[in-house]
Amino acid sequence: MTSIALAFLSSGIGAGLCIIGAGLGIGRLAGSAMEGIARQPSAGGDIRGAMIVAAGLIEGATFFALVICILLALKS
Amino acid sequence: MKRVWTLLAVFAATSVVVFPAFASGGHDEHGEGPKDKASESSEFILHHVADDTEFEFELPFVHLPAIHIAEFFGKEPGQGLFIEREPGACSKPVEKSQEAFGSIFKFMNGCWDLRPTKAVLSMWIAMALLGFVLFLGRKRDQNGVPQGTFANIVEALLLFVRDEIAVANIGKEEGPKYTPYLASVFFFVMTVNYLGLIPGFFTATGVLGVTIALSVVTFVMTQLAGLRSAGPVGYVAHLFGDVPVWMKPLMFLVEFLGLFTKPFALLVRLFANMLAGHMVLFFILSLIFVVNIAAAVVSVPLATGLYMLELFVALLQAYIFTLLTALFIGQGVALGHHHHADDHAPH
Repeated sequence: MTSIALAFLSSGIGAGLCIIGAGLGIGRLAGSAMEGIARQPSAGGDIRGAMIVAAGLIEGATFFALVICILLALKS
Repeated sequence: MKRVWTLLAVFAATSVVVFPAFASGGHDEHGEGPKDKASESSEFILHHVADDTEFEFELPFVHLPAIHIAEFFGKEPGQGLFIEREPGACSKPVEKSQEAFGSIFKFMNGCWDLRPTKAVLSMWIAMALLGFVLFLGRKRDQNGVPQGTFANIVEALLLFVRDEIAVANIGKEEGPKYTPYLASVFFFVMTVNYLGLIPGFFTATGVLGVTIALSVVTFVMTQLAGLRSAGPVGYVAHLFGDVPVWMKPLMFLVEFLGLFTKPFALLVRLFANMLAGHMVLFFILSLIFVVNIAAAVVSVPLATGLYMLELFVALLQAYIFTLLTALFIGQGVALGHHHHADDHAPH
């Protein structure tokens, strides 16, 4: 396998790993938020706001990793 | 009922424009001989989302000429806004290693191409539209109560930005002072995002330069907020943190990097969300040409659903961009109250 092929392979695998992490993170976040809202519907607004902020931060970290993958694929 | 028919007509018109437009684009041959459909499709998609000096409004069976926006501002190097600081700098091709950021390296070599592009044009349209809507929404009676549809929409959105974003994250005293900036960012990003979702238009927030500019302004705002509330001494002292002396250099490194990672995350988030959404939409539609015409059964409903998701994402990204800006400004404002209170803002 050439080094270019390896770079493409690694960027693909890396993107997959990113999504696994992000999916786990946001899934856990949304699950906990829904449990919280179900237990205390009156606090739904606050919980939703905090959930969106945390989801945005997780997403940001995911995009950092995805940018590395894209750079790998573009540079090779 | 009349409104439902209007909506249906608009939907039918847009679908007539967008779907065959893609078909005609996919079969465009640029005189380079036959190519396989997969690479043709990916080329079309990349061309669709990339910033360019010409604006193409593609229609099903009519081949409209592309509008060369840039040519109104100077055709040749040296004319109008096409400034050539060093002779021959614009005609010289970019080196292979610098291709990813070609325009920046051209600028540094002395070729100042300041002509507007697709992204600039769509931002101008967004600003004009926004100005028009906000102008219509200025109507108030003598008690300050909004009058009419537009005034109520604008009032509701502005109150949301002030109460839920600014005051909630910056505080009751300082929040209203930053509301004008936050509201401007919110309305601008939202309008540009939605403009990009109209078939035929271009998503300016899917261009790296636009989001970089937005986050640079946000960066300046957050640092000014910190400087204003803590003073220069307190601002610098915060960079070293409340740690033992031998750890201060390390702390400075971490805090200094933290200053830049926050706006960087902001710019990458907006850019990647808008770009990826449009690209995925087109990739799913391009299955029709790459795999089989029968794939339309799956890909057209899927693309329509994704488009609906994009309608939500456009608003969500504007909200998140503004919310995180407010959060960072709030952190800066909290610097001033650092030494008075025991519980300081989370970092």
